[in-house]
Amino acid sequence: MFYIFCPYCDERREEEEFHPSGQAHITRPADPENCSDEEWGDYLFFRDNPRGIHHELWVHRLGCRKFFNITRDTTTYEILETYPMGERPTVTAERAGVRQEQGVQTADGGWQTVGARPENSKLNEETPS
Amino acid sequence: MERYSGFGLFKHALSHHENWQRHWRNPTPKKRYDVIIVGGGGHGLATAWYLAKEFGITNVAVIEKGWLGGGNTARNTTIVRSNYLWDEAAQLYNHSLDLWKGLSQDLNYNVMFSQRGVLNLAHTLQDMRDVQRRVNANRLNGIDSEVVTPERIKEIEPALDTSKRARYPIMGASWQQSAGVARHDAVAWGFARGADSLGVDLLQNTEVTGFRIRDGKVLGVHTNRGDIEANTVGCVAAGNSGVLANMAGLKLPLESHPLQALVSEPLKPILNTVTMSNHVHGYCSQSDKGDLVIGAGIDGYLGYGQRGSFPTVEHTLQAIVEMFPMFSRVRMNRQWGGIVDTCPDACPILSKTKVKGLYFNCGWGTGGFKATPGSGHVFAASLAKGEMHPIAAPFSIDRFNTGALIDEHGAAGVAH
Ligand SMILES: Cc1cc2nc3c(=O)[nH]c(=O)nc-3n(C[C@H](O)[C@H](O)[C@H](O)COP(=O)(O)OP(=O)(O)OC[C@H]3O[C@@H](n4cnc5c(N)ncnc54)[C@H](O)[C@@H]3O)c2cc1C
Ligand SMILES: [Zn+2]
Repeated sequence: MFYIFCPYCDERREEEEFHPSGQAHITRPADPENCSDEEWGDYLFFRDNPRGIHHELWVHRLGCRKFFNITRDTTTYEILETYPMGERPTVTAERAGVRQEQGVQTADGGWQTVGARPENSKLNEETPS
Repeated sequence: MERYSGFGLFKHALSHHENWQRHWRNPTPKKRYDVIIVGGGGHGLATAWYLAKEFGITNVAVIEKGWLGGGNTARNTTIVRSNYLWDEAAQLYNHSLDLWKGLSQDLNYNVMFSQRGVLNLAHTLQDMRDVQRRVNANRLNGIDSEVVTPERIKEIEPALDTSKRARYPIMGASWQQSAGVARHDAVAWGFARGADSLGVDLLQNTEVTGFRIRDGKVLGVHTNRGDIEANTVGCVAAGNSGVLANMAGLKLPLESHPLQALVSEPLKPILNTVTMSNHVHGYCSQSDKGDLVIGAGIDGYLGYGQRGSFPTVEHTLQAIVEMFPMFSRVRMNRQWGGIVDTCPDACPILSKTKVKGLYFNCGWGTGGFKATPGSGHVFAASLAKGEMHPIAAPFSIDRFNTGALIDEHGAAGVAH
Protein backbone atom coordinates (compact mmCIF):
# COMPACT_ATOMS: atom_id res chain seq x y z
CA MET A 1 0.00 0.00 0.00
CA PHE A 2 1.37 3.39 -0.99
CA TYR A 3 1.35 6.23 1.44
CA ILE A 4 1.59 9.23 -0.84
CA PHE A 5 2.74 12.77 -0.07
CA CYS A 6 0.41 15.19 -1.85
CA PRO A 7 2.41 18.33 -2.67
CA TYR A 8 -0.74 20.45 -2.48
CA CYS A 9 -2.24 19.08 0.72
CA ASP A 10 1.26 18.94 2.15
CA GLU A 11 0.62 15.64 3.89
CA ARG A 12 0.78 11.88 3.38
CA ARG A 13 -2.43 10.08 2.53
CA GLU A 14 -3.40 6.49 1.67
CA GLU A 15 -3.16 5.17 -1.87
CA GLU A 16 -6.91 4.77 -2.23
CA GLU A 17 -7.44 8.55 -2.26
CA PHE A 18 -5.32 8.77 -5.40
CA HIS A 19 -5.60 7.64 -8.98
CA PRO A 20 -2.73 7.09 -11.42
CA SER A 21 -3.12 8.73 -14.83
CA GLY A 22 -0.15 7.50 -16.84
CA GLN A 23 3.12 9.02 -17.93
CA ALA A 24 3.89 12.60 -16.86
CA HIS A 25 5.29 15.49 -18.90
CA ILE A 26 3.67 14.61 -22.22
CA THR A 27 3.35 17.78 -24.24
CA ARG A 28 0.58 18.26 -26.74
CA PRO A 29 1.85 18.88 -30.27
CA ALA A 30 2.37 22.63 -30.72
CA ASP A 31 1.10 22.60 -34.29
CA PRO A 32 -1.51 19.82 -34.44
CA GLU A 33 -2.68 20.68 -37.97
CA ASN A 34 0.72 19.84 -39.35
CA CYS A 35 1.56 16.67 -37.43
CA SER A 36 2.44 13.57 -39.41
CA ASP A 37 0.66 10.26 -38.68
CA GLU A 38 3.88 9.20 -37.02
CA GLU A 39 3.83 12.16 -34.64
CA TRP A 40 0.13 11.78 -33.79
CA GLY A 41 0.53 8.07 -33.14
CA ASP A 42 3.49 8.69 -30.89
CA TYR A 43 1.69 11.41 -28.99
CA LEU A 44 -1.48 9.37 -28.48
CA PHE A 45 -0.26 5.83 -27.96
CA PHE A 46 3.46 5.39 -27.35
CA ARG A 47 4.55 5.66 -23.73
CA ASP A 48 7.69 5.06 -21.72
CA ASN A 49 7.40 1.71 -19.99
CA PRO A 50 10.66 1.36 -18.10
CA ARG A 51 11.81 -1.13 -15.53
CA GLY A 52 13.08 1.41 -13.02
CA ILE A 53 12.58 5.17 -12.63
CA HIS A 54 9.32 6.47 -14.06
CA HIS A 55 7.71 9.93 -13.90
CA GLU A 56 3.96 9.69 -13.71
CA LEU A 57 0.85 11.78 -13.35
CA TRP A 58 -1.47 11.16 -10.41
CA VAL A 59 -4.60 12.88 -9.18
CA HIS A 60 -5.61 13.31 -5.55
CA ARG A 61 -9.08 12.18 -6.53
CA LEU A 62 -10.70 11.94 -3.10
CA GLY A 63 -8.71 14.82 -1.59
CA CYS A 64 -7.86 18.17 -3.14
CA ARG A 65 -8.62 16.75 -6.61
CA LYS A 66 -5.47 18.26 -8.05
CA PHE A 67 -3.06 16.61 -10.46
CA PHE A 68 0.61 16.29 -9.54
CA ASN A 69 3.64 14.19 -10.46
CA ILE A 70 5.36 11.21 -8.87
CA THR A 71 8.79 9.76 -9.53
CA ARG A 72 8.59 6.07 -8.76
CA ASP A 73 10.66 2.95 -9.27
CA THR A 74 8.52 0.42 -11.16
CA THR A 75 10.46 -2.56 -9.82
CA THR A 76 10.79 -1.71 -6.11
CA TYR A 77 7.64 0.47 -6.14
CA GLU A 78 9.45 3.09 -4.06
CA ILE A 79 8.09 6.59 -4.51
CA LEU A 80 11.18 8.78 -4.67
CA GLU A 81 9.48 12.18 -4.85
CA THR A 82 6.21 13.92 -5.57
CA TYR A 83 6.08 17.39 -7.10
CA PRO A 84 3.46 19.85 -8.32
CA MET A 85 2.40 20.39 -11.93
CA GLY A 86 4.75 22.60 -13.85
CA GLU A 87 7.85 21.47 -11.96
CA ARG A 88 10.55 19.15 -13.25
CA PRO A 89 11.66 16.03 -11.36
CA THR A 90 14.76 16.22 -9.18
CA VAL A 91 15.24 12.44 -9.17
CA THR A 92 15.81 10.87 -12.60
CA ALA A 93 17.26 7.67 -14.03
CA GLU A 94 20.56 9.52 -14.45
CA ARG A 95 20.36 11.27 -11.08
CA ALA A 96 19.23 8.66 -8.56
CA GLY A 97 18.21 9.50 -5.01
CA VAL A 98 15.21 10.51 -3.06
CA ARG A 99 13.87 13.91 -2.11
CA GLN A 100 15.20 14.42 1.39
CA GLU A 101 12.28 16.26 2.95
CA GLN A 102 9.79 13.59 1.74
CA GLY A 103 11.70 10.35 2.28
CA VAL A 104 10.77 7.08 0.57
CA GLN A 105 6.99 6.65 0.42
CA THR A 106 6.18 2.99 0.32
CA ALA A 107 4.84 0.29 2.53
CA ASP A 108 7.09 -2.35 4.09
CA GLY A 109 7.93 -5.56 2.38
CA GLY A 110 9.95 -6.28 -0.71
CA TRP A 111 8.44 -6.77 -4.12
CA GLN A 112 9.19 -9.92 -5.96
CA THR A 113 10.40 -9.31 -9.50
CA VAL A 114 10.15 -11.36 -12.66
CA GLY A 115 12.54 -14.25 -13.18
CA ALA A 116 14.90 -16.41 -11.22
CA ARG A 117 13.99 -18.63 -8.31
CA PRO A 118 16.19 -20.90 -6.21
CA GLU A 119 17.10 -23.56 -8.69
CA ASN A 120 16.80 -27.24 -8.33
CA SER A 121 20.30 -28.22 -9.39
CA LYS A 122 19.28 -31.65 -10.62
CA LEU A 123 16.80 -30.24 -13.12
CA ASN A 124 19.48 -27.90 -14.40
CA GLU A 125 21.97 -30.57 -15.32
CA GLU A 126 22.78 -30.16 -18.95
CA THR A 127 22.03 -32.94 -21.35
CA PRO A 128 23.73 -32.97 -24.77
CA SER A 129 21.60 -31.50 -27.53
CA MET B 1 9.17 -39.08 -26.83
CA GLU B 2 7.38 -41.59 -24.70
CA ARG B 3 3.69 -41.41 -25.63
CA TYR B 4 1.16 -41.26 -22.83
CA SER B 5 -1.72 -43.73 -22.78
CA GLY B 6 -3.85 -45.76 -20.42
CA PHE B 7 -1.63 -48.74 -21.09
CA GLY B 8 1.49 -46.70 -20.28
CA LEU B 9 -0.02 -45.69 -16.97
CA PHE B 10 -0.60 -49.34 -16.15
CA LYS B 11 2.90 -50.33 -17.24
CA HIS B 12 4.52 -47.64 -15.08
CA ALA B 13 2.39 -48.62 -12.12
CA LEU B 14 4.26 -51.93 -12.11
CA SER B 15 7.50 -50.05 -11.37
CA HIS B 16 5.84 -47.70 -8.87
CA HIS B 17 5.92 -44.77 -11.30
CA GLU B 18 9.63 -44.32 -10.76
CA ASN B 19 10.73 -44.60 -14.37
CA TRP B 20 8.81 -41.89 -16.18
CA GLN B 21 10.85 -40.06 -18.78
CA ARG B 22 11.71 -36.40 -18.30
CA HIS B 23 9.43 -34.06 -20.20
CA TRP B 24 12.26 -32.30 -22.02
CA ARG B 25 16.05 -32.12 -22.28
CA ASN B 26 18.13 -29.37 -20.76
CA PRO B 27 20.47 -28.71 -23.70
CA THR B 28 23.64 -26.65 -24.00
CA PRO B 29 22.99 -23.65 -26.27
CA LYS B 30 24.26 -24.07 -29.82
CA LYS B 31 26.07 -21.23 -31.53
CA ARG B 32 23.46 -20.81 -34.20
CA TYR B 33 19.76 -21.52 -34.81
CA ASP B 34 17.40 -20.84 -37.71
CA VAL B 35 14.90 -19.21 -35.39
CA ILE B 36 15.17 -17.89 -31.84
CA ILE B 37 12.06 -17.39 -29.74
CA VAL B 38 12.59 -15.09 -26.75
CA GLY B 39 10.22 -15.98 -23.94
CA GLY B 40 9.24 -19.50 -22.86
CA GLY B 41 5.65 -18.83 -21.91
CA GLY B 42 2.71 -20.57 -23.55
CA HIS B 43 2.82 -18.36 -26.64
CA GLY B 44 6.57 -18.77 -27.20
CA LEU B 45 6.42 -22.54 -26.68
CA ALA B 46 3.38 -22.86 -28.95
CA THR B 47 5.22 -20.88 -31.63
CA ALA B 48 8.19 -23.25 -31.40
CA TRP B 49 5.97 -26.32 -31.55
CA TYR B 50 4.05 -25.18 -34.65
CA LEU B 51 7.31 -24.09 -36.30
CA ALA B 52 8.65 -27.60 -35.89
CA LYS B 53 5.48 -29.56 -36.50
CA GLU B 54 3.76 -27.61 -39.27
CA PHE B 55 6.60 -25.81 -40.97
CA GLY B 56 9.41 -28.30 -40.53
CA ILE B 57 11.72 -25.76 -38.88
CA THR B 58 13.29 -27.66 -36.03
CA ASN B 59 16.59 -25.83 -35.54
CA VAL B 60 14.88 -23.54 -33.05
CA ALA B 61 15.76 -22.26 -29.58
CA VAL B 62 13.31 -20.97 -27.01
CA ILE B 63 15.21 -18.69 -24.63
CA GLU B 64 13.62 -18.25 -21.22
CA LYS B 65 15.12 -16.23 -18.40
CA GLY B 66 13.31 -18.10 -15.65
CA TRP B 67 11.58 -21.44 -15.95
CA LEU B 68 9.17 -22.52 -18.68
CA GLY B 69 5.68 -21.12 -18.33
CA GLY B 70 6.52 -19.21 -15.13
CA GLY B 71 5.29 -15.85 -16.42
CA ASN B 72 1.67 -14.96 -17.05
CA THR B 73 1.05 -18.44 -18.38
CA ALA B 74 1.40 -19.79 -14.83
CA ARG B 75 -0.48 -16.91 -13.27
CA ASN B 76 -3.65 -16.51 -15.27
CA THR B 77 -7.21 -17.53 -14.52
CA THR B 78 -7.43 -19.71 -17.66
CA ILE B 79 -10.62 -18.40 -19.25
CA VAL B 80 -10.90 -19.40 -22.90
CA ARG B 81 -13.55 -17.73 -25.09
CA SER B 82 -13.81 -16.13 -28.50
CA ASN B 83 -16.82 -13.80 -28.27
CA TYR B 84 -14.93 -10.68 -29.35
CA LEU B 85 -16.65 -7.84 -31.18
CA TRP B 86 -14.57 -7.00 -34.23
CA ASP B 87 -14.00 -9.29 -37.19
CA GLU B 88 -10.20 -9.28 -36.89
CA ALA B 89 -10.24 -10.24 -33.21
CA ALA B 90 -13.08 -12.73 -33.65
CA GLN B 91 -11.09 -14.55 -36.32
CA LEU B 92 -7.94 -14.68 -34.22
CA TYR B 93 -9.61 -15.93 -31.04
CA ASN B 94 -11.88 -18.31 -32.90
CA HIS B 95 -8.93 -19.79 -34.77
CA SER B 96 -7.48 -20.42 -31.35
CA LEU B 97 -10.68 -21.95 -30.00
CA ASP B 98 -10.71 -24.38 -32.94
CA LEU B 99 -7.17 -25.47 -32.08
CA TRP B 100 -8.03 -25.86 -28.38
CA LYS B 101 -10.61 -28.51 -29.26
CA GLY B 102 -8.05 -31.01 -30.51
CA LEU B 103 -5.08 -29.84 -28.50
CA SER B 104 -4.86 -32.63 -25.92
CA GLN B 105 -4.81 -35.19 -28.76
CA ASP B 106 -2.37 -33.18 -30.89
CA LEU B 107 0.05 -32.84 -28.00
CA ASN B 108 -0.62 -36.25 -26.45
CA TYR B 109 -0.89 -34.24 -23.26
CA ASN B 110 -4.02 -33.56 -21.27
CA VAL B 111 -4.51 -29.80 -21.19
CA MET B 112 -7.85 -30.32 -19.41
CA PHE B 113 -9.73 -28.10 -21.82
CA SER B 114 -13.25 -27.95 -20.46
CA GLN B 115 -15.99 -26.25 -22.48
CA ARG B 116 -18.18 -25.31 -19.57
CA GLY B 117 -19.31 -22.01 -21.10
CA VAL B 118 -18.88 -18.36 -20.22
CA LEU B 119 -21.48 -15.84 -19.06
CA ASN B 120 -20.74 -12.14 -19.57
CA LEU B 121 -23.27 -10.37 -17.37
CA ALA B 122 -25.13 -7.14 -18.14
CA HIS B 123 -26.40 -4.94 -15.31
CA THR B 124 -27.53 -1.79 -17.11
CA LEU B 125 -29.47 -0.93 -20.25
CA GLN B 126 -26.26 0.10 -21.95
CA ASP B 127 -24.66 -3.21 -20.93
CA MET B 128 -27.61 -5.01 -22.54
CA ARG B 129 -27.23 -3.04 -25.78
CA ASP B 130 -23.52 -3.85 -25.84
CA VAL B 131 -24.21 -7.53 -25.20
CA GLN B 132 -26.78 -7.65 -28.01
CA ARG B 133 -24.47 -5.92 -30.41
CA ARG B 134 -21.59 -8.23 -29.55
CA VAL B 135 -23.73 -11.37 -29.78
CA ASN B 136 -25.00 -10.29 -33.20
CA ALA B 137 -21.47 -9.62 -34.39
CA ASN B 138 -20.34 -13.00 -33.02
CA ARG B 139 -23.09 -14.85 -34.86
CA LEU B 140 -22.20 -13.14 -38.12
CA ASN B 141 -18.68 -14.44 -37.54
CA GLY B 142 -19.92 -17.98 -36.92
CA ILE B 143 -19.19 -17.89 -33.19
CA ASP B 144 -21.76 -19.58 -30.98
CA SER B 145 -23.17 -16.86 -28.82
CA GLU B 146 -26.58 -15.98 -27.48
CA VAL B 147 -28.33 -13.44 -25.29
CA VAL B 148 -29.81 -15.07 -22.18
CA THR B 149 -32.41 -13.82 -19.70
CA PRO B 150 -32.02 -13.75 -15.91
CA GLU B 151 -34.25 -16.86 -15.70
CA ARG B 152 -31.96 -18.78 -18.03
CA ILE B 153 -28.89 -17.47 -16.16
CA LYS B 154 -30.36 -18.86 -12.95
CA GLU B 155 -30.61 -22.28 -14.60
CA ILE B 156 -27.06 -22.13 -15.87
CA GLU B 157 -25.52 -20.84 -12.66
CA PRO B 158 -27.83 -21.18 -9.62
CA ALA B 159 -25.23 -19.72 -7.23
CA LEU B 160 -25.49 -16.30 -8.88
CA ASP B 161 -27.72 -13.69 -7.27
CA THR B 162 -30.18 -13.02 -10.08
CA SER B 163 -32.75 -11.42 -7.79
CA LYS B 164 -33.99 -7.86 -8.11
CA ARG B 165 -32.65 -7.16 -4.63
CA ALA B 166 -29.05 -7.08 -5.81
CA ARG B 167 -27.37 -3.71 -5.81
CA TYR B 168 -26.67 -4.14 -9.54
CA PRO B 169 -29.46 -6.48 -10.67
CA ILE B 170 -28.55 -8.77 -13.55
CA MET B 171 -30.57 -7.86 -16.65
CA GLY B 172 -29.16 -10.53 -18.95
CA ALA B 173 -25.90 -11.88 -20.28
CA SER B 174 -24.11 -13.17 -23.32
CA TRP B 175 -23.56 -16.91 -23.22
CA GLN B 176 -20.89 -18.74 -25.16
CA GLN B 177 -21.36 -22.45 -24.57
CA SER B 178 -18.18 -23.48 -26.38
CA ALA B 179 -16.00 -21.31 -24.12
CA GLY B 180 -14.45 -22.60 -20.90
CA VAL B 181 -11.19 -23.13 -19.09
CA ALA B 182 -7.99 -25.17 -19.48
CA ARG B 183 -5.11 -26.19 -17.26
CA HIS B 184 -2.54 -23.40 -17.71
CA ASP B 185 0.61 -25.29 -16.65
CA ALA B 186 -0.31 -28.29 -18.77
CA VAL B 187 -0.57 -26.05 -21.81
CA ALA B 188 2.99 -24.77 -21.35
CA TRP B 189 4.32 -28.25 -20.52
CA GLY B 190 2.48 -29.93 -23.37
CA PHE B 191 3.84 -27.52 -25.97
CA ALA B 192 7.31 -27.68 -24.39
CA ARG B 193 7.41 -31.48 -24.40
CA GLY B 194 6.12 -31.59 -27.97
CA ALA B 195 8.60 -28.98 -29.22
CA ASP B 196 11.51 -30.67 -27.46
CA SER B 197 10.63 -34.03 -28.97
CA LEU B 198 10.85 -32.48 -32.45
CA GLY B 199 14.32 -31.12 -31.73
CA VAL B 200 13.66 -27.63 -30.38
CA ASP B 201 16.17 -26.54 -27.70
CA LEU B 202 14.47 -25.13 -24.61
CA LEU B 203 17.06 -22.94 -22.88
CA GLN B 204 15.95 -22.10 -19.35
CA ASN B 205 17.66 -19.69 -16.96
CA THR B 206 18.94 -17.88 -20.02
CA GLU B 207 18.18 -14.18 -20.24
CA VAL B 208 18.33 -12.15 -23.41
CA THR B 209 20.26 -8.98 -22.57
CA GLY B 210 20.52 -7.41 -26.01
CA PHE B 211 20.26 -7.93 -29.75
CA ARG B 212 22.93 -8.15 -32.40
CA ILE B 213 21.75 -5.88 -35.18
CA ARG B 214 23.73 -4.82 -38.24
CA ASP B 215 22.54 -2.76 -41.25
CA GLY B 216 18.98 -2.94 -39.96
CA LYS B 217 19.04 -6.76 -39.78
CA VAL B 218 18.96 -8.94 -36.72
CA LEU B 219 21.89 -11.35 -36.43
CA GLY B 220 21.19 -12.87 -33.02
CA VAL B 221 20.91 -12.16 -29.34
CA HIS B 222 23.20 -11.53 -26.39
CA THR B 223 22.43 -13.65 -23.36
CA ASN B 224 23.91 -14.23 -19.94
CA ARG B 225 25.24 -17.51 -21.40
CA GLY B 226 26.91 -15.93 -24.41
CA ASP B 227 25.83 -14.81 -27.87
CA ILE B 228 23.51 -16.94 -29.96
CA GLU B 229 23.03 -16.34 -33.68
CA ALA B 230 19.86 -16.43 -35.78
CA ASN B 231 18.49 -14.36 -38.63
CA THR B 232 14.93 -14.68 -37.40
CA VAL B 233 14.07 -13.70 -33.83
CA GLY B 234 10.55 -13.66 -32.41
CA CYS B 235 10.00 -11.90 -29.07
CA VAL B 236 7.13 -13.27 -27.00
CA ALA B 237 7.84 -11.76 -23.62
CA ALA B 238 4.47 -10.39 -22.37
CA GLY B 239 5.09 -7.79 -19.64
CA ASN B 240 8.76 -7.49 -20.49
CA SER B 241 8.25 -6.84 -24.22
CA GLY B 242 8.85 -3.12 -23.82
CA VAL B 243 12.17 -3.79 -22.11
CA LEU B 244 13.23 -6.05 -25.00
CA ALA B 245 12.05 -3.56 -27.63
CA ASN B 246 14.13 -0.93 -25.90
CA MET B 247 17.24 -3.12 -26.27
CA ALA B 248 16.60 -3.19 -30.02
CA GLY B 249 16.06 0.58 -30.18
CA LEU B 250 12.32 0.17 -30.77
CA LYS B 251 9.33 1.53 -28.93
CA LEU B 252 6.04 -0.32 -28.37
CA PRO B 253 2.69 1.22 -27.42
CA LEU B 254 2.52 -1.00 -24.34
CA GLU B 255 2.24 -0.38 -20.64
CA SER B 256 3.13 -3.07 -18.11
CA HIS B 257 0.75 -3.40 -15.20
CA PRO B 258 0.38 -5.89 -12.38
CA LEU B 259 -2.74 -8.04 -12.69
CA GLN B 260 -3.61 -10.30 -9.84
CA ALA B 261 -5.70 -13.34 -9.15
CA LEU B 262 -6.72 -15.27 -6.07
CA VAL B 263 -7.96 -18.71 -5.24
CA SER B 264 -10.07 -19.80 -2.29
CA GLU B 265 -9.84 -22.90 -0.18
CA PRO B 266 -11.18 -25.92 -2.11
CA LEU B 267 -14.96 -26.30 -2.00
CA LYS B 268 -17.38 -29.00 -3.10
CA PRO B 269 -18.56 -28.42 -6.69
CA ILE B 270 -20.66 -25.24 -6.71
CA LEU B 271 -20.01 -23.42 -9.99
CA ASN B 272 -20.97 -24.85 -13.38
CA THR B 273 -19.51 -22.24 -15.63
CA VAL B 274 -17.35 -19.11 -15.83
CA THR B 275 -19.10 -15.88 -14.85
CA MET B 276 -17.69 -12.49 -15.74
CA SER B 277 -19.06 -9.04 -15.08
CA ASN B 278 -17.67 -5.84 -16.56
CA HIS B 279 -19.93 -3.68 -14.53
CA VAL B 280 -19.29 -4.88 -11.01
CA HIS B 281 -15.86 -5.85 -12.33
CA GLY B 282 -14.95 -9.34 -11.28
CA TYR B 283 -15.06 -12.88 -12.53
CA CYS B 284 -15.08 -16.34 -11.06
CA SER B 285 -14.92 -20.00 -11.95
CA GLN B 286 -14.15 -23.18 -10.03
CA SER B 287 -11.14 -25.34 -10.72
CA ASP B 288 -11.37 -29.12 -10.84
CA LYS B 289 -9.53 -29.12 -7.51
CA GLY B 290 -12.44 -27.17 -6.05
CA ASP B 291 -10.97 -23.75 -5.43
CA LEU B 292 -12.74 -20.64 -6.65
CA VAL B 293 -10.53 -18.92 -9.20
CA ILE B 294 -11.07 -15.19 -8.95
CA GLY B 295 -9.80 -12.15 -10.77
CA ALA B 296 -10.64 -8.58 -11.67
CA GLY B 297 -8.78 -5.45 -12.72
CA ILE B 298 -5.19 -4.36 -13.07
CA ASP B 299 -3.36 -2.06 -10.71
CA GLY B 300 -3.60 1.29 -12.46
CA TYR B 301 0.09 2.18 -12.28
CA LEU B 302 3.04 0.74 -14.15
CA GLY B 303 4.76 -2.03 -12.29
CA TYR B 304 7.07 -4.98 -12.76
CA GLY B 305 6.67 -6.45 -9.26
CA GLN B 306 4.74 -9.68 -9.77
CA ARG B 307 2.28 -8.98 -7.00
CA GLY B 308 -0.88 -6.93 -6.85
CA SER B 309 -1.93 -4.22 -4.42
CA PHE B 310 -4.24 -4.69 -1.45
CA PRO B 311 -6.92 -2.17 -2.51
CA THR B 312 -7.37 -4.21 -5.69
CA VAL B 313 -7.85 -7.42 -3.69
CA GLU B 314 -10.56 -5.69 -1.72
CA HIS B 315 -12.38 -4.39 -4.83
CA THR B 316 -12.15 -7.79 -6.45
CA LEU B 317 -13.78 -9.55 -3.53
CA GLN B 318 -16.46 -6.88 -3.22
CA ALA B 319 -17.44 -7.70 -6.79
CA ILE B 320 -17.46 -11.44 -6.15
CA VAL B 321 -19.65 -11.10 -3.07
CA GLU B 322 -22.01 -8.81 -5.01
CA MET B 323 -22.44 -11.53 -7.63
CA PHE B 324 -22.29 -14.54 -5.29
CA PRO B 325 -23.42 -13.41 -1.81
CA MET B 326 -23.04 -17.01 -0.57
CA PHE B 327 -19.26 -16.74 -0.99
CA SER B 328 -18.96 -13.99 1.60
CA ARG B 329 -17.46 -16.35 4.17
CA VAL B 330 -15.23 -18.39 1.90
CA ARG B 331 -11.59 -18.02 2.87
CA MET B 332 -8.99 -17.07 0.30
CA ASN B 333 -5.97 -19.32 0.10
CA ARG B 334 -3.44 -17.65 -2.20
CA GLN B 335 -3.00 -14.43 -4.12
CA TRP B 336 -0.42 -13.54 -6.77
CA GLY B 337 0.23 -11.23 -9.68
CA GLY B 338 1.55 -11.28 -13.20
CA ILE B 339 2.78 -8.43 -15.37
CA VAL B 340 0.43 -7.80 -18.27
CA ASP B 341 1.36 -5.79 -21.35
CA THR B 342 -1.73 -3.69 -22.04
CA CYS B 343 -2.20 -2.17 -25.46
CA PRO B 344 -4.22 1.00 -26.18
CA ASP B 345 -6.90 -0.85 -28.19
CA ALA B 346 -6.97 -3.97 -25.98
CA CYS B 347 -5.73 -6.12 -28.88
CA PRO B 348 -2.36 -7.82 -29.31
CA ILE B 349 0.55 -6.89 -31.54
CA LEU B 350 1.75 -9.56 -33.97
CA SER B 351 4.16 -7.73 -36.15
CA LYS B 352 7.33 -7.21 -38.05
CA THR B 353 9.50 -4.33 -36.90
CA LYS B 354 11.87 -1.83 -38.47
CA VAL B 355 14.64 -4.35 -37.82
CA LYS B 356 14.56 -7.02 -40.51
CA GLY B 357 14.05 -10.50 -39.08
CA LEU B 358 12.93 -9.20 -35.67
CA TYR B 359 9.28 -9.87 -34.84
CA PHE B 360 7.14 -9.17 -31.80
CA ASN B 361 4.15 -11.09 -30.48
CA CYS B 362 2.91 -9.18 -27.43
CA GLY B 363 0.27 -6.82 -26.10
CA TRP B 364 -2.02 -9.70 -25.10
CA GLY B 365 -2.46 -7.87 -21.84
CA THR B 366 -5.03 -9.34 -19.54
CA GLY B 367 -6.48 -11.84 -22.00
CA GLY B 368 -3.96 -13.84 -23.99
CA PHE B 369 -4.13 -17.29 -22.42
CA LYS B 370 -7.17 -18.19 -24.53
CA ALA B 371 -5.16 -17.34 -27.63
CA THR B 372 -2.14 -19.49 -26.83
CA PRO B 373 -2.51 -22.10 -29.61
CA GLY B 374 -3.87 -19.65 -32.19
CA SER B 375 -1.21 -17.05 -31.52
CA GLY B 376 1.53 -19.67 -31.65
CA HIS B 377 0.16 -21.04 -34.91
CA VAL B 378 -0.18 -17.78 -36.84
CA PHE B 379 3.07 -16.42 -35.43
CA ALA B 380 4.95 -19.57 -36.45
CA ALA B 381 3.48 -19.29 -39.95
CA SER B 382 4.64 -15.68 -40.13
CA LEU B 383 8.18 -16.48 -38.96
CA ALA B 384 8.41 -19.44 -41.32
CA LYS B 385 7.28 -17.52 -44.40
CA GLY B 386 8.69 -14.08 -43.60
CA GLU B 387 5.21 -12.66 -44.25
CA MET B 388 2.55 -12.09 -41.62
CA HIS B 389 -0.20 -14.74 -41.69
CA PRO B 390 -3.51 -13.21 -42.89
CA ILE B 391 -5.11 -13.63 -39.46
CA ALA B 392 -2.12 -11.88 -37.84
CA ALA B 393 -1.69 -9.11 -40.41
CA PRO B 394 -4.28 -6.64 -39.00
CA PHE B 395 -2.43 -6.72 -35.67
CA SER B 396 0.60 -4.91 -37.05
CA ILE B 397 2.27 -2.28 -34.94
CA ASP B 398 1.65 0.20 -37.78
CA ARG B 399 -1.98 0.47 -36.77
CA PHE B 400 -1.08 2.97 -34.06
CA ASN B 401 0.13 5.38 -36.70
CA THR B 402 -2.34 4.61 -39.48
CA GLY B 403 -5.29 4.72 -37.09
CA ALA B 404 -6.62 1.24 -38.00
CA LEU B 405 -7.15 0.30 -34.35
CA ILE B 406 -9.19 -2.76 -33.37
CA ASP B 407 -11.00 -1.40 -30.37
CA GLU B 408 -11.92 -4.34 -28.17
CA HIS B 409 -12.39 -2.47 -24.91
CA GLY B 410 -16.10 -3.26 -25.04
CA ALA B 411 -15.63 -7.00 -25.34
CA ALA B 412 -12.58 -6.99 -23.13
CA GLY B 413 -13.56 -4.76 -20.21
CA VAL B 414 -12.95 -7.65 -17.87
CA ALA B 415 -10.57 -8.98 -20.32
CA HIS B 416 -9.58 -12.42 -19.24
C1 LIG C 1 -3.72 -12.71 -13.03
C2 LIG C 1 -3.89 -12.94 -14.51
C3 LIG C 1 -5.08 -13.47 -14.99
C4 LIG C 1 -5.26 -13.70 -16.35
N1 LIG C 1 -6.39 -14.31 -16.76
C5 LIG C 1 -6.54 -14.66 -18.05
C6 LIG C 1 -7.68 -15.42 -18.47
O1 LIG C 1 -8.53 -15.80 -17.67
N2 LIG C 1 -7.81 -15.72 -19.80
C7 LIG C 1 -6.87 -15.32 -20.72
O2 LIG C 1 -7.07 -15.59 -21.90
N3 LIG C 1 -5.77 -14.63 -20.33
C8 LIG C 1 -5.57 -14.28 -19.03
N4 LIG C 1 -4.46 -13.59 -18.63
C9 LIG C 1 -3.47 -13.17 -19.64
C10 LIG C 1 -2.56 -14.30 -20.04
O3 LIG C 1 -1.99 -14.89 -18.88
C11 LIG C 1 -1.42 -13.82 -20.93
O4 LIG C 1 -1.90 -13.00 -21.97
C12 LIG C 1 -0.68 -14.99 -21.57
O5 LIG C 1 -0.45 -16.02 -20.64
C13 LIG C 1 0.62 -14.51 -22.14
O6 LIG C 1 1.41 -15.61 -22.50
P1 LIG C 1 2.89 -15.38 -22.99
O7 LIG C 1 3.44 -16.69 -23.30
O8 LIG C 1 2.89 -14.34 -24.06
O9 LIG C 1 3.59 -14.67 -21.75
P2 LIG C 1 4.35 -15.28 -20.39
O10 LIG C 1 3.71 -16.56 -20.02
O11 LIG C 1 4.39 -14.19 -19.47
O12 LIG C 1 5.74 -15.63 -21.02
C14 LIG C 1 6.72 -14.64 -21.32
C15 LIG C 1 8.05 -15.19 -20.90
O13 LIG C 1 9.11 -14.35 -21.37
C16 LIG C 1 10.17 -14.43 -20.46
N5 LIG C 1 11.08 -13.32 -20.66
C17 LIG C 1 10.85 -12.00 -20.46
N6 LIG C 1 11.94 -11.27 -20.73
C18 LIG C 1 12.91 -12.15 -21.11
C19 LIG C 1 14.27 -12.00 -21.52
N7 LIG C 1 14.87 -10.81 -21.58
N8 LIG C 1 14.97 -13.13 -21.85
C20 LIG C 1 14.39 -14.34 -21.80
N9 LIG C 1 13.10 -14.54 -21.42
C21 LIG C 1 12.37 -13.45 -21.09
C22 LIG C 1 9.45 -14.41 -19.12
O14 LIG C 1 10.26 -14.94 -18.09
C23 LIG C 1 8.22 -15.26 -19.38
O15 LIG C 1 8.34 -16.61 -18.99
C24 LIG C 1 -4.24 -13.34 -17.27
C25 LIG C 1 -3.05 -12.80 -16.80
C26 LIG C 1 -2.86 -12.61 -15.43
C27 LIG C 1 -1.56 -12.04 -14.94
ZN1 LIG D 1 -4.07 16.75 -2.27
